[in-house]
Amino acid sequence: MLLREVAYARPSTVDEAIAVLAGNEGARALAGGQTLINVMKARVASPEVLVDLADLEELRTIGFSADGLLEIGAMVTYAQLMASSEVDVARPILAEVASTIGDVQVRNRGTVGGNVCVADPTNHLPPLFAVLDATFTVRGAGGERAVSADDFFQGVYLTAVGEGELLTKVSVPPSKGAGDGFAGLTIGKQGTYVVNAAASVSGDGVRIAIGCVAATPVRATAMEEKLSAGDLSEDAVRAAADGLGASLDPPGDVHGSADYRRHLAEVAATRAVLQAASRRKGD
Amino acid sequence: MAAEPTASRAIGIDVNGERYERDVTARTLLVHFLRDELQLTGTHIGCDTGNCGACTVLLDGQPVKSCMLLAVQADGASVRTVEGLAPNGDLTPLQRSFNEHHALQCGYCTPGMLMSATALLERNPRPTEEDVRYALQGNICRCTGYVNIVEAVVDAGGES
Repeated sequence: MLLREVAYARPSTVDEAIAVLAGNEGARALAGGQTLINVMKARVASPEVLVDLADLEELRTIGFSADGLLEIGAMVTYAQLMASSEVDVARPILAEVASTIGDVQVRNRGTVGGNVCVADPTNHLPPLFAVLDATFTVRGAGGERAVSADDFFQGVYLTAVGEGELLTKVSVPPSKGAGDGFAGLTIGKQGTYVVNAAASVSGDGVRIAIGCVAATPVRATAMEEKLSAGDLSEDAVRAAADGLGASLDPPGDVHGSADYRRHLAEVAATRAVLQAASRRKGD
Repeated sequence: MAAEPTASRAIGIDVNGERYERDVTARTLLVHFLRDELQLTGTHIGCDTGNCGACTVLLDGQPVKSCMLLAVQADGASVRTVEGLAPNGDLTPLQRSFNEHHALQCGYCTPGMLMSATALLERNPRPTEEDVRYALQGNICRCTGYVNIVEAVVDAGGES
């Protein structure tokens, strides 16, 4: 299918990219294109200008900050996450989840920045970054700001990245013995999620986030609270999940009614917490 | 300046070992560039929505769906298409194995299957059935039920 006519720019620095994004009406950042190109074909999005981030090498790196945070550039692909020794050491759940996104071809092109900036409620990474207490660095003409996951995801397809701004990296604390888990139900193996849940268990307690049940990831705070006493046996986790579904107001569609999603949220949260607990190494 | 948005762009792409320099409009998909501009029609357009994998080519050695990539994004890259597998007509072990295992029926998905499987065998010369199924997940076949395709790739790995 032919795309509508569009102009294309390929800046070589982040500042240049921000200038082009800010200086052109209807400009959109093009990362891996695994969503954007398709929605352009369907005329769901019709940007006037595509600003290709491919040459911004500083967005393609995975490393550690001076204070030990795992820093993932916005243009890092899923395939890069899977192969990264830094990710493997600091937060292997990221590679594990990345290996279940899409398919080989999508993982070779799709990026971390694209996944979170699209902010599709069924995406894998938003609930995961929410439980990992990730920080999103957003840069604009006026400088850089750090945004928490709670503030980053603002709605369906809507994030804290404003016009003329660019997400440059996502920073994640290293696990330091914490265990992380991810579970849910997909449409077909490794397909789109109907409901997903991410969990992280550390000395500070349990963090749980549910995806696909609202516009943005939903923290299961009541369940977290019930588990704060430290009993993470299967019975205790199941009991703590009880009532989570009733607290949610998920959409219903051909893949599952709202009630079914409420049920799945409890199942997925239970599995994610049990997986995370089994992986915890103590602090 | 390079960052100024333009409706078209001069690109240089290496396709199956040959260098091509063309002016392309920004909206041209790589698959259209290959098929319509270079007449390399072995790369098929199946779903056109990024799901089926019939348009899979190797971009700098990695399988990608050429319907989800603009030709301008491939500027400076090296692309391999199904035409590049057996330029002199001598089939690769993988292609022979597809033949021997009857790994196709209508043949529409075959170019994409071959490219995904070629990339797999290049990084994992002896894949298991599970490896093959994981590697071919982005390639849909509506005829075969996949069994013969998977057997063909596993067998090609054992041979090479």
